[in-house]
Amino acid sequence: MHEMSIALAVIGQVEEAALAGGATAVRSVRLQVGELAGVVPDSLAFCFELACTGTVLEGAELVTDPVPARARCAPCAGEWAVGMPPDLCCPKCGSATAELLSGRELQIVSVRWEDGTTRAPTPAPTRERIHEER
Amino acid sequence: MCRVVDLQQAVLAKNDIRAHQLRAELAARGVIVVNLLSSPGSGKTALLEQELLLARRRGVPVAALTADLATENDAVRLARSGVPVKQVLTDGLCHLEAGMLGGHLDGWLPEDTRLLFVENVGNLVCPASYDLGESLRVALASVTEGEDKPLKYPTAFGLANLVLVTKTDLADAVEFDEAAFRAHVEQVNPGVEVLLTSAKTGAGLGALLDRALAVAVGGPVHAPVMAQQHDHQQHDHDHHDGDHAEHHSLAHHHS
Repeated sequence: MHEMSIALAVIGQVEEAALAGGATAVRSVRLQVGELAGVVPDSLAFCFELACTGTVLEGAELVTDPVPARARCAPCAGEWAVGMPPDLCCPKCGSATAELLSGRELQIVSVRWEDGTTRAPTPAPTRERIHEER
Repeated sequence: MCRVVDLQQAVLAKNDIRAHQLRAELAARGVIVVNLLSSPGSGKTALLEQELLLARRRGVPVAALTADLATENDAVRLARSGVPVKQVLTDGLCHLEAGMLGGHLDGWLPEDTRLLFVENVGNLVCPASYDLGESLRVALASVTEGEDKPLKYPTAFGLANLVLVTKTDLADAVEFDEAAFRAHVEQVNPGVEVLLTSAKTGAGLGALLDRALAVAVGGPVHAPVMAQQHDHQQHDHDHHDGDHAEHHSLAHHHS
């Protein structure tokens, strides 16, 4: 379970970019996750939500775009979906010299953030007073 | 104002950059790293102990670093070979990262070392994602684990430069189907070499050391299909709101 490490790496990189870009709050992070990246999107989303607490990403949504794994055979130029478990030998000619076209992505594509240039009217936070509060 | 910023950064870019630095720093000192990955209990330590012993007898300067969540048991076992050994306790972390390895080598790795064996945390999932600056990545599976292990953990076996089968002395007892195992390895990592070993009988011992030494003198290393994805990133420029800034930076996959 290294999704927490992955989530922390995502948050670290987005924080850096957000600070440099003058962001006041990050709304969402878009990630490409390849079929062969070895990362479980649901587990990553869980860790991401936890690890965002107290950072400029607090409450940000993690959007993951799955990327199917595809390979191309060098000798016969055939292309195929490698599937899971992957089959990296050419299904047509059996050649072992395939080229992986996609599937290993683990990439931050884009980030949506508020940069504070125009203040949108934000309603004052309202909530019910909890019982213990005096 | 809400804006969408293209980052296009590999999530593991920092680890990959550190791994590349470490590989270069160690190469400058004449050291290569061998990264050993397997499930817990597959016999990494037993095999490594024998290989270290052999290296010492042959006068090859080697060192070993072993990582576990807890206990120094593995370091104690490996130290019996008489070579420099370091135990790393990850305090619950399921894998090693390049920065951690670099930190542990500072001030410890003996100057004359040629081969550094890193026994990763016993885990076939997480360690597969982290380049440690190794020149040879080895995935191990014991005959008792089942022939379909490479299919169940395709990234661990798919990214290996060499695959070792351990505990072959038990092969008959568990009716290990070697042909099926080899076919499954070939499916996820076409062309990778598979070697059979037994730390108990001594079968296949020395092969790991020989392969590592061959790499150390610049010999060819198997390049797994899975590690060579060409960068045909499809960028989704589907932004709906706000203005749009381009921040392209380190976006390449390192194998």
